[in-house]
Amino acid sequence: MSTVVETRDHDGHHGPAKGFTRWLFTTNHKDIGTLYLWMSFIMLFVGGAMAMVIRAELFQPGLQIVQPEFFNQMTTNHGLIMVFGVIMPAFVGFANWMIPMQIGAPDMALPRLNNLSFWLLPMAFGILVSTLFMPEGGPNFGWTFYAPLSTTYAPSTVNFFIFSVHVMGISSILGSINIITTILNMRAPGMTLMKMPLFVWGWLITAYLLIAVMPVLAGVVTMMLMDINFGTSFFNAAGGGDPVLFQHVFWFFGHPEVYIMILPAFGIVSHIIETFSRKPIFGYSSMVYAMASIAILSFVVWAHHMFTVGMPLAGELFFMYATMLIAIPTGVKVFNWVATMFRGSLTFETPMLFSIGFVTLFTIGGFSGLMLAIVPADFQYHDTYFVVAHFHYVLVPGSLFALMAGAYFWLPKWTGNMYDETLGKLHFWLTFISVNITFFPMHFVGLAGMPRRYPDYALQFADFNAMISVGAFMFGITQLLFLFIVIKTIRGGKKATPEVWEGAGDLGLEWTLSSPPPHHSFTVQPQVK
Amino acid sequence: MSDQPYYVPESSKLPFMMAITMLVFIIGSAQTVINLDNPDSNAYLILVAFFMMWWTVMFFWFRQVIQENHAGLNNPMLKDSYVFGMAWFIFSEVMFFFAFFFALAYIRNFAVPWLGGEGEKAISNILWPGFEASWPLMITPDQAIFEGPKEDMSLGTAYSHGGLAGVLGWLPLWNTVFLLTSSLTVHIAHLGLKNGNRNQFNIWLGLTLVLGYMFVIVQGIEYYEAYSHMGLTLNTGIYGTTFFMLTGFHGFHVCLGAIILTIMLLRSLKGHFTADDHFGFEAGSWYWHFVDVVWVCLVAFVYVM
Repeated sequence: MSTVVETRDHDGHHGPAKGFTRWLFTTNHKDIGTLYLWMSFIMLFVGGAMAMVIRAELFQPGLQIVQPEFFNQMTTNHGLIMVFGVIMPAFVGFANWMIPMQIGAPDMALPRLNNLSFWLLPMAFGILVSTLFMPEGGPNFGWTFYAPLSTTYAPSTVNFFIFSVHVMGISSILGSINIITTILNMRAPGMTLMKMPLFVWGWLITAYLLIAVMPVLAGVVTMMLMDINFGTSFFNAAGGGDPVLFQHVFWFFGHPEVYIMILPAFGIVSHIIETFSRKPIFGYSSMVYAMASIAILSFVVWAHHMFTVGMPLAGELFFMYATMLIAIPTGVKVFNWVATMFRGSLTFETPMLFSIGFVTLFTIGGFSGLMLAIVPADFQYHDTYFVVAHFHYVLVPGSLFALMAGAYFWLPKWTGNMYDETLGKLHFWLTFISVNITFFPMHFVGLAGMPRRYPDYALQFADFNAMISVGAFMFGITQLLFLFIVIKTIRGGKKATPEVWEGAGDLGLEWTLSSPPPHHSFTVQPQVK
Repeated sequence: MSDQPYYVPESSKLPFMMAITMLVFIIGSAQTVINLDNPDSNAYLILVAFFMMWWTVMFFWFRQVIQENHAGLNNPMLKDSYVFGMAWFIFSEVMFFFAFFFALAYIRNFAVPWLGGEGEKAISNILWPGFEASWPLMITPDQAIFEGPKEDMSLGTAYSHGGLAGVLGWLPLWNTVFLLTSSLTVHIAHLGLKNGNRNQFNIWLGLTLVLGYMFVIVQGIEYYEAYSHMGLTLNTGIYGTTFFMLTGFHGFHVCLGAIILTIMLLRSLKGHFTADDHFGFEAGSWYWHFVDVVWVCLVAFVYVM
């Protein structure tokens, strides 16, 4: 079968519309991917600025810069924005750009729905950020918004937060339906499931997880809404409910959410490592099965976030062992990446540097995760900076490194221009060093007992905190360099070949297209052997 | 498959309009609930504006999709995309209900028994020492804040009050009859459409709608009884909470399904659908079967067990 794309275009030209309304009304997967990526890039700086406020306050013990109430709003919004406004939309941006190109499709399956999924996000985040400027202040109950902090004791702006989360959820569900439909329905003839690129596999599983758990998030914020405004007692023990119920429902969403933020990263890193090792990924099918098992296990480990709330012993044991089980498929992936590099003809361009950084530092985050999985140890670590160190190691040098690696890897394909390799390497080394200065000492202060989410701390933590803050400022400023490199690449540079990277032509359909690719990726679907 | 191209619309104002509509939704809903106790508030007008915008955009969006299909722009692959899309959308709805059933299961099996002093967490009954766990929970731990309901909606209660006559007068029984029958009638309507029998389609779809609306009316009567005679409201503790939230969201989805099928009937009367191209209707009937399955779970876990 050959499928030809048709565009209804009265002027007879095939290409993007003129003027800024192109970006409002577009149905093109590349335009929408670009919108997602720029929005998450902007939100990275918004959420990053909040992190800078947090680190400035924690530079010294005592209260210097902000009031505790505002500090709480900063930690809450930093978390919400980084999770829902940066990492998730950035991966959706990659999905929009790459999935049609990697499976040989003309565009996403449902182009108008695709545009709606994007434009819902600026609306939701506009409202969420605006609550910071309302008289009562924005959400201040932590990004996990535990009841009753987020119900009985919340500012009235929590209602804006609830409906914003609803709209973000709608955006994620519609986006995931679109991605899953594209992958299942529009692959080029001959591309069987087990021939799909790993990024596409990662997103197929991620989209499934999103459709499964985003409605549960909608459910839990709806319960909050009812408890706050309509007198129900889901999370109020006086009426027979239970605040711990909130944590169960939230983490039933929240744990798969963790893998939603890492599975596409696994895909990106797999492509980069095989390209710069100049040999196909080691153990392709085990990579697929590992991602699938991680996804399935993610539904039965949620209560490891709440070991200290008082669960029956059988529950603690079950969730401890189930959590440790996840280390097996994750280990399979790490060993496969290492085995792919083993005896490869390696070169170390910027994407490869970020990917190797990903593999090493994500593994550190994985190991601290295993430590946290041990119930008796977790009683010591719970709600300390050790937890903060753990999830920042999997999210910053994990997900964010994969995003940056992917950006360097595919920017030449997207723009047709090579990025500046020297600046790229400088960006990597500054980022790599500062990320470790920022997050590694958090392990130590956490183990020593420094609790998270407080604007002040005991004096013995002062030195490490000063170090953490310096690292954080360095990390923040370094990302301006990234912004500069991206803009410089868009504006010009050495012309990229269709293959871009030596030998990449055999590794994926996207490298058979011109750089930059045509407006509609594959007007005729290629035959995959 | 045919060689017809996959239709990619060049650009469209509709999605952006819908995004603006949802912005109005966030502002309107939040302002409305914040001002619930403020009789001078006009915030609900924003919600009214939202509803008008939503219906308008939805109308034009669906109209365009239908026109494209009638113009022959949709190739078989695109039609499959709609099928996949609807299937996964229903899966997301399943998971939404799962969250509330999960809450109900946790409340009944853990939260309430623990409050009553059962098991390893018996320590929690020091908060309300006299509290006794039971389900349906008629006496809440703190009767001063959440006064428990006087009566509940369960089959057991209906039977103990009136015996067999009580069971026959038990409204959920009739609603079960209505909804299960309507799943059958919508299937007969579908068979009629597939066999090219337009009259069979219209009549049986109309019958489905009558049954659906009867369900909604009976549910309304049930709520009225609960509020006016049984002392069962949203504010009567966790039994009222779970009862109204689960049946309420289900009732809301029945209304949505009924609206969808009403539109399908109107489309049929306008001459839309052919024997082998009618996914709009089929998607609506899938939705209808889905709300039926949810109802069966509701009867089991909310009303009977």
